[in-house]
Amino acid sequence: MTASRLPRPSRLFRPQRLLIYLILILTAAFFLLPVYVLLITGLKSFQEINLATMWAWPRNLSLASFAKAWNGSQAEGFRGLSGSFLNSVYLTVPATVISAMLGSINGYVLAKWRFRGADVLFPAMLFGMFIPYQSILIPLVQMLQRVGQITKPLSVALLALSVPPALAWFPPWLANFVPAYGTIGGLILVHVVYGIPITTLIFRNYYAAIPTELIEAAKIDGAGLLGIYRWVLFPLSMPGFVVVIIWQFTSIWNDFLFGLIVTSRPAVQPITVALNNLAGSYIVQWNVQMAGALLAALPTLLIYIVLGRFFMRGLLAGSLKG
Amino acid sequence: MRRLTRDRILSIALITPSAVAILVFVYGFIGFTGFASLTHWDTLFPDYTFVGLRNYAKLFTIERFQLDLRNTVTFTVFFLLACLSVGFGLAVLIDQRIKGEGLFRSIFLFPMAISFVVTGVVWRWLLAPGTEQTGSYGVNLLFEQAGLGFLRNGWYTAPIIWHISSESTLGILLQSIGLGFLASPKFGISWPMVSVVIAATWQMSGYTMAMYLAGLRGIPDELREAARVDGATEFQIYRYIIVPLLTPITLSAVIILGHISLKIFDLVVAMTGSGPGFSTDVPAFYMFDTTFRGNHFAEGAGIAIIILLVVAVLIIPYLIYSARTEVQQ
Repeated sequence: MTASRLPRPSRLFRPQRLLIYLILILTAAFFLLPVYVLLITGLKSFQEINLATMWAWPRNLSLASFAKAWNGSQAEGFRGLSGSFLNSVYLTVPATVISAMLGSINGYVLAKWRFRGADVLFPAMLFGMFIPYQSILIPLVQMLQRVGQITKPLSVALLALSVPPALAWFPPWLANFVPAYGTIGGLILVHVVYGIPITTLIFRNYYAAIPTELIEAAKIDGAGLLGIYRWVLFPLSMPGFVVVIIWQFTSIWNDFLFGLIVTSRPAVQPITVALNNLAGSYIVQWNVQMAGALLAALPTLLIYIVLGRFFMRGLLAGSLKG
Repeated sequence: MRRLTRDRILSIALITPSAVAILVFVYGFIGFTGFASLTHWDTLFPDYTFVGLRNYAKLFTIERFQLDLRNTVTFTVFFLLACLSVGFGLAVLIDQRIKGEGLFRSIFLFPMAISFVVTGVVWRWLLAPGTEQTGSYGVNLLFEQAGLGFLRNGWYTAPIIWHISSESTLGILLQSIGLGFLASPKFGISWPMVSVVIAATWQMSGYTMAMYLAGLRGIPDELREAARVDGATEFQIYRYIIVPLLTPITLSAVIILGHISLKIFDLVVAMTGSGPGFSTDVPAFYMFDTTFRGNHFAEGAGIAIIILLVVAVLIIPYLIYSARTEVQQ
């Protein structure tokens, strides 16, 4: 730590430093190129939309492309992204919270209550992080259909609820969360399960760095497993939670494969699937597609801009060794 | 003592749900997929007639699957080379105590926060080539305006496969030693895949940069100083000290990026799909296509197991290695 604060004597003299900046700036321009195009295309008015002037700055600023991507167009026959954006919110928030809690408890047990077999269990769990999900999709769909048969009475009961007309949207909305094939609840279940390896890994490494003396002291004071978690570890866990929540939020929001396989109805599709449909449709103009892409990227981009350094930590945890 | 035992049971009870979930959803499901790949399940309705390895034998004779393997190799090699070199280069430049380090780092890393679908949609338009009638689009247009018109090309729409021609000297030479089959487009390099590599590198090279940067920052300055005192040039310091010290990071990066490239799906779907003549088709997409659109479940299961085995060969030694080094610490 102290070493990095000392000025590093560099032999690179001025022209070389200029070259360094030049390369960095050119590379940065390359990295920002897509963002530039996304932004200016989204902000152009429909009259200005022309692939031949794709790089030109907009003459009149207009949010029409965003409005169209968000609301869709009945005349042109395509759905906007507003519904699927909300689906992604309904999906990502609970799945993130549940998998963070699970990961925290698993990490606590694996780091501080080592039992026989933990050395096998942990790597066996981690392997789940790397598998190509294609290798579990077929039984996953079957399993969710089974689960759906079991949970069907619940969603039927929910839909049959008699509510005041003003709340008529509520039972169907709630029924979407019942785990089954083709529901948001089913997708939440999938993300929670396949999120276990990475969340457990991050928390286990986080808790491993907390001195065991702290645990021992609490034990002497008479605290049990749950008491230690509640009063000693959990209050120290916030940085761990931030990293895990950012990581899970980003990967669940950005997931495409599970959304594609588990949700066949447009009404429950997450935004990545809806964006892919929008972009694959020949009737949707490209400026609307670009505006849609920006809308889909916005939540995770905002998180990155605000909480970037925690994002980095999750990223490096994903490579096992930071 | 009794209290500790109770806590011990409780600790196992707490981790059991997760352990069971992983056991079922990872290992049980993989087992089922493996089983399904040995059956005759070819419609919406399961048919568990056992056919042994016939599905696998058939797969390797299907042209689409052969081309997918070629595309995966093309993608993996170019993607790894690009990410490692761009990532390492950027990390070294950023490590030179430059001004605005944080800003540059953020710019190189932000694509990681975006989904592959968004990346695919954007790059599909950036690399859309345009036609004779409409004029150039996207990057081609940029080239034109910068006076680099000769760089214009069809990107992912041009079904160009670089391969050894069977009429060339090399092709004839290969034929004479019984390797004539190598002189075919099936052992070529798919140019449309390079477009996908560009998009993927845009998204992932910042990650490699972050890993290398963390590694560079962990190397004590004294080492460089000692080398300078001994008269080493900057290049020699990197060549003989820094790069070898970063080997574990390179290894991690190769494994992480390699397994991503073997699984690549979202980006291909959003950007190009199968491409002209399956030039950007990949096994993960073939699996999805044949299973969930074609209902050829056994065939899809076979592809899935093949991808899994290749990934496992890469990942399992890495997991064991990581677990060992951790124990040593």
